[in-house]
Amino acid sequence: MFQSILVMLVVAFVSFSLFTFVGDPINNMVGEETSDEERTELRENLGLNDPVYVQFSRFVVNASQGEFGISYQLRRPVSELISERLPATLELVIISALIALVSGTLLGVYTGINRKGFLTDTILAVSLLGVSLPTFVIGILFIYLFAVILGVLPSFGRGEVVDLGFWSTGFLTTSGLKAIILPSVTLSLFQMTYIIRLVRAEMMEILQTDYIKFARARGINEKSIHYKHALKNGLIPVITIAGINIGTLIAFSIITETVFQWPGMGFLFIQAVKFVDIPIMSAYLVFIAFVFVMINFIVDILYYFIDPRIRVKSEAVSG
Amino acid sequence: MDNQRLTLLSRIQDSDIYFSFTKSPTAIVSTIILIIIFFCSFFVELVAPFNPFDPSSLSLMDAFTPPSWSKDGVAKFILGTDGQGRDMFSTILYGSRISLIVGFSAILFSLILGVTLGLTSGYFGGKYEMIVMRLTDVQLTVPSILMALLVDGIARGIISKELHDEMAIYVLIFAIGISEWPQFARVSRAATLVERNKDYVSASAIIGVSNIFIMFKHILPNIMRPVLVIGTIGLALAIIAESTLSFLGVGVPPTTPSLGTLIRIGNDFLFSGEWWITFFPAIFLVILAFSINLLGDWMRDTLNPKLN
Amino acid sequence: MKVKNLYKIVLVSLFVFWSTLSWAANTIKWSMQGDSLTLDPHAQNEGPTTMVSRQVYEALVTRGLDMSIGPQLATTWKATNPTTWVFNLRKDVIFHNGDKMTSEDVVFSLLRAQQPTSDFKEYISTITSVKALDDYTVEIQTKEPNPILLNQLSNIFVMSKKWANENFAIVPQNWDAGQETFSATNAMGTGPFKITLREPNTKTVFKKNRKWWGEVKHNLDEIHLLPIANAATRVAALLSGELDIVTDAPVQDLERIRSSGTHKVSSIEQMRTIFLGMDQAADKLRSGNTGDNPFKKKEVRQAFYQAIDIEAIKEKVMRGLSSPAGIITFPGVTGYTKELDKRLSYDVAAAKKLLAGAGYPDGFDIELRCPNDRYVNDEAICTAVVGMLGKIGVNVSLNSQTKSKHFKELKDDQGDFYMLGWGVPTLDSHYVFHYLYESEASWNKVNFSNAEVDAAIRVMEGEVDLEKRNAAIAKAWKIVKDDIAYLPLHHQVISWASKRSVDVPIRPNNEPLFRFSKKR
Repeated sequence: MFQSILVMLVVAFVSFSLFTFVGDPINNMVGEETSDEERTELRENLGLNDPVYVQFSRFVVNASQGEFGISYQLRRPVSELISERLPATLELVIISALIALVSGTLLGVYTGINRKGFLTDTILAVSLLGVSLPTFVIGILFIYLFAVILGVLPSFGRGEVVDLGFWSTGFLTTSGLKAIILPSVTLSLFQMTYIIRLVRAEMMEILQTDYIKFARARGINEKSIHYKHALKNGLIPVITIAGINIGTLIAFSIITETVFQWPGMGFLFIQAVKFVDIPIMSAYLVFIAFVFVMINFIVDILYYFIDPRIRVKSEAVSG
Repeated sequence: MDNQRLTLLSRIQDSDIYFSFTKSPTAIVSTIILIIIFFCSFFVELVAPFNPFDPSSLSLMDAFTPPSWSKDGVAKFILGTDGQGRDMFSTILYGSRISLIVGFSAILFSLILGVTLGLTSGYFGGKYEMIVMRLTDVQLTVPSILMALLVDGIARGIISKELHDEMAIYVLIFAIGISEWPQFARVSRAATLVERNKDYVSASAIIGVSNIFIMFKHILPNIMRPVLVIGTIGLALAIIAESTLSFLGVGVPPTTPSLGTLIRIGNDFLFSGEWWITFFPAIFLVILAFSINLLGDWMRDTLNPKLN
Repeated sequence: MKVKNLYKIVLVSLFVFWSTLSWAANTIKWSMQGDSLTLDPHAQNEGPTTMVSRQVYEALVTRGLDMSIGPQLATTWKATNPTTWVFNLRKDVIFHNGDKMTSEDVVFSLLRAQQPTSDFKEYISTITSVKALDDYTVEIQTKEPNPILLNQLSNIFVMSKKWANENFAIVPQNWDAGQETFSATNAMGTGPFKITLREPNTKTVFKKNRKWWGEVKHNLDEIHLLPIANAATRVAALLSGELDIVTDAPVQDLERIRSSGTHKVSSIEQMRTIFLGMDQAADKLRSGNTGDNPFKKKEVRQAFYQAIDIEAIKEKVMRGLSSPAGIITFPGVTGYTKELDKRLSYDVAAAKKLLAGAGYPDGFDIELRCPNDRYVNDEAICTAVVGMLGKIGVNVSLNSQTKSKHFKELKDDQGDFYMLGWGVPTLDSHYVFHYLYESEASWNKVNFSNAEVDAAIRVMEGEVDLEKRNAAIAKAWKIVKDDIAYLPLHHQVISWASKRSVDVPIRPNNEPLFRFSKKR
């Protein structure tokens, strides 16, 4: 918990430094015909003459309320821009995470149980190829194959979205559902290969532990051993990885969103980097850090429920 | 002298690593491919038929020549030319040199930073160790691609545009390198913790051998194996990261294109039938990264059976 | 419980499915590289911004499909003396919210476009007063006789005064200060379409205005504007049927689009000339290595000119879709002649000799600034220029960046050598001289200054005798052409690609008029 707050503060400070020290914010806001008096006045109004710690605390207070100022490029409040694009990115990431998790675990378990064999070798080789293929290459390939040659799936955007007031979703229309297939599969491939390898390693290790051997000796059938005993334990690291992955997926969605013109935050961010649009950059950074911290927190709680050893340990510590 | 070399050679030949290497066709093939690629990239002036960056040798009228084996192909442009009339084969080799330089430098940078921090924190412990470990935690919080983009964005803000083009490659090396070091720090710290408590280390310390000497002479060799594994896999990641950043348009400038830049430029011609402009750099990049990954995979299995 | 939930989900999806179906009525899905920057009709004078506003807002007069000026909100007009114009307005025009349009709104809008935060203040700076004579008559006075007033007025859109008052939009959005206003994301005009959804850079929905005053010649219910930055993605989306029309189809993909069997391509010479600027006034180049400014010498400028193989650029970079230019204006503009549009010959040997004669036998270093998302193949043209200048020994480094940065830095006087394109919305040479050649003019970033040209510009502004005025234009063109004040490249050709079932007439100013569009 303490660490989470520390992380957030460090990240907030980095973002704040971006704001304050990278270029003169005034120059980014006004045209060249603005007079010096107007500049000084604006400087005073924005509080840029206050001591750094006062500015920083103001930044933290504003940031915690979601206030990051106005985008230099799009001239709209950053909070508004981010919240407009949040649903697109989160829907993409959630679907990708599900694809990566489910297929990664299944393939990992299969290759873990069947250590040798043609299918296992193929899966492992393809997964290594998956790590070697940059996401953008996969995206271009998919667009070329499925949208241009076969013409079965859309190549850009979210399709029709339904606005639920607080959230715009693409899940409720056929075009929306079709639109999410290519980007989410593209985004999930890289993570999937990691999960396959992780689950496989875990399965192989667990299958050699004493209690599995003991279970075998007791005559419990193989299926039950694999899926009931081994998999349950093998899933613990997967939860951690899945947690970290959601954050990583959000970051990597920058690439996928660029290739597929997905109107999410990553696309917004990459345009901000090219334009040196500091308010968007710092807001995005704080947001990602926040997501990571939250995920770590949730993972810790999940651990507590899944792994009895940790529960015992922490109870012993607190007791 | 001769004798010494012989023993070194025979030592290598006797080692289990060498044995495992000769028994692994994938390792041999990927090593051969990598040696060829490295050679061609670093001695590109000797290998490439053209210098794509010498404007006097270029002619715009050669632009969009297809690969030599197709109908309108020309023998001197084996893989065809791009939209500026540059020979694709030469351009790819020059591009691959940029990609490799960035990849190697970035990984070297993070290796030195990570191992130094990991080694010293594991050895000295205390508050210093805690700070370093917290730092790696924070660093791991930020995904590599995001870190690299941020560094690049900040650099654009601080450095003027003219300087930025010259500095772009260093910025890129720093941006990619800075996101990989925690891996090295964690592994080398863990290994150091194990080694530190061994008798020979305590003994050296007692007889007054300096800390630095102990760290680098005794402990460092012991952590080289996992560091090598991470470094190899990291190299593939760094090369992919570089091409990704260049593809996004925030990497190296288009006048000194890397593989990623070439793919980005070629992408515009994908639908117009000039597929070779994007296909060849892409396939080259995949072969390069795949070979490194295959080698890294083999190394992990051989050098570090525990990770398997 | 579960079954009940399922039932709900099915109902919701059915409803959504039905509503998507009903939306699909007759919709044109339109895409281009960028989006409108703001819906405020006076805040930005920029291509895509005007394109969007044009569908929603109307002006006193407007250009039709054939680019000739005709009535729009005004039915008739006449000059009562050389500096006074009277416009009679239509009486049946209502805004999208149902309010009647009167002269109050017109006066308000013209004055609004002259406010300090307006991007059109320079554009209509000759207007000294605007008065409502009665509810449907407006009088405009100009400083001097203004032969191009109608041209200028065709780009000043009329918005509702009442709506602007209610929504704190009395003055235009201050774009430079990053101001956010209601008028930037909402529009209240009188045009044939109204905006019902606005997600900047993602999606804008225009709905048919059923109470529009004019004769409806289109059969559309909706237009969806879906900007796609990446050219390849845009083409892929068009080919896969997700888009109906792309108004900036990449030249390299036209062949493929045409051969798809279901799509068509139309090309037209655009009213825009692409050229390179060379700063001739600075004592020392910002990016040079010689310590002086070689561009001060005409020989150097001419060497650059003759080193550029414009035909190769046309054939390879533009795939035949450009026409090499000798001056920065094009057929149809007052003052254009074929003779002026002839180029100096492409001659590398001559260029080398000129360079040596000017004292730079080994060339020099220079930076070329270029946008990478503004003109057709802008970055590729610049890369080609870098190679061609390399052949005469000039070592050019290329600085290509997104248009907003490129233009901002040019305005801040950071360019030695840069690419720019210039269109002439008024179809009169004065527009070119006023912005590019007049001493201290806002886009005269080469710092060209010539007293004779300045005098000729004064004549263009005030002379009503057409013969004398044309003589002044011809003289000014000759001076700037002989001096090689700029290095003209080509007149841009634009191509629109669409489904065969979609008919949006192409126009040389690249502006679609959806009120003349049909979809089968």
